[in-house]
Amino acid sequence: MEKKEKKGIQLLRLFLTFLKIGAFTFGGGYAMIAIIEHEIVEKKHWVSKEDLLDIIAIAESTPGPIAINSATYVGFKVGGVFGSVAATLGVVLPSLVIVFLISLIFDRFLAFKYVGYAFRGIQACVVYLILSAGIKMLKAVEKNPFNITIVCLAVALTVAFSLFAVSFSSIYLILLAGVAGLVAHYVGKNAKNATQQEDKK
Amino acid sequence: MILLKLFFTFFKIGLFTFGGGYAMIPLISDAVVSNGWLSEEQFLNIIAVAESTPGPVAINVATFVGSTQGGIVGSVCATLGVVLPSFIVILIIASLLKNFLKYRGVQGFMKGVRPCVAGLIVAAGIKIGLSTLFSVTTFGGGFSVNYIGLIIFAVVAATAYFYKRISDKKISPILLIVISAALGIVICTLGERIGVV
Repeated sequence: MEKKEKKGIQLLRLFLTFLKIGAFTFGGGYAMIAIIEHEIVEKKHWVSKEDLLDIIAIAESTPGPIAINSATYVGFKVGGVFGSVAATLGVVLPSLVIVFLISLIFDRFLAFKYVGYAFRGIQACVVYLILSAGIKMLKAVEKNPFNITIVCLAVALTVAFSLFAVSFSSIYLILLAGVAGLVAHYVGKNAKNATQQEDKK
Repeated sequence: MILLKLFFTFFKIGLFTFGGGYAMIPLISDAVVSNGWLSEEQFLNIIAVAESTPGPVAINVATFVGSTQGGIVGSVCATLGVVLPSFIVILIIASLLKNFLKYRGVQGFMKGVRPCVAGLIVAAGIKIGLSTLFSVTTFGGGFSVNYIGLIIFAVVAATAYFYKRISDKKISPILLIVISAALGIVICTLGERIGVV
């Protein structure tokens, strides 16, 4: 009985901690990692710093928002399947409520002349934000012929498809690139093995 | 029907986005435009809202699009859709595949995906930039220059650049949004006075 109660309290704690993380991080993703580190590693000692680094690496190699991936992972580590549900719900709920409320009044808000003007400025700013996010990610990509080919193809194909009004989902490009990566990985490995074997001879 | 469509569209987006945050923008832009859910302008407005409200950008965009298409149930469906794939995948990894990162197949696959996602985000920026700043949507479809947008884009880019040079820190996107909103109000009001806008 006592154990059950303890578990309930722990789930509630997980939920509230991630609710706080969801409610107070702007920009998502990596902004959230810093807060998770502060709350979960330093204050609550739920997971170790090495665990957190693992979580980030896994979050980057799995689909979905990084915040959700880390909440699910930490929740599972601390409280099993129920823990992961509590943590994920906690991190999602603030956005869901706040953005839903904004969406109700947004169009009326936009009808005010000066708000409309403000958003004409903001639209230009968002174009910059998207471009700079992409460029920042490009800078983090190691410069080798394989990566440069993939980047150029992805940019050229996407822009060309859009200009010529061909509908082609980016999902296929991502999958094709993943397959190309797999092939390159194994071909590269075999080539290395072959040269090593030749060296032995 | 629209609810199911919202759920599955965002489920697909959640399933195929690697890297989170802005990596989702090319896919969301594909989906909302091809379904006719939003205009490009509305899409940019929503990203600005998502960026200025707490929480992951992907969740915010899903909630907003869901709400405009199907009210409160729509926003829950879209959000659930975008969250579920990561939730399921991470649960499987955390419980069964503890050595997930050590599989060579995963490493190989991600080697191809990472540069592709970076390229896709840049391409989304170029696409949206062409249509917002130059009204170019298709080849040969004509163009007109949005001078106000271009000026604000240039000021924002310069501000971000000099902020980084001087303080060695990245400027907060929210601050950039506030600056661009103020510029929008000032320039459009001035333009209206002299009869350009």
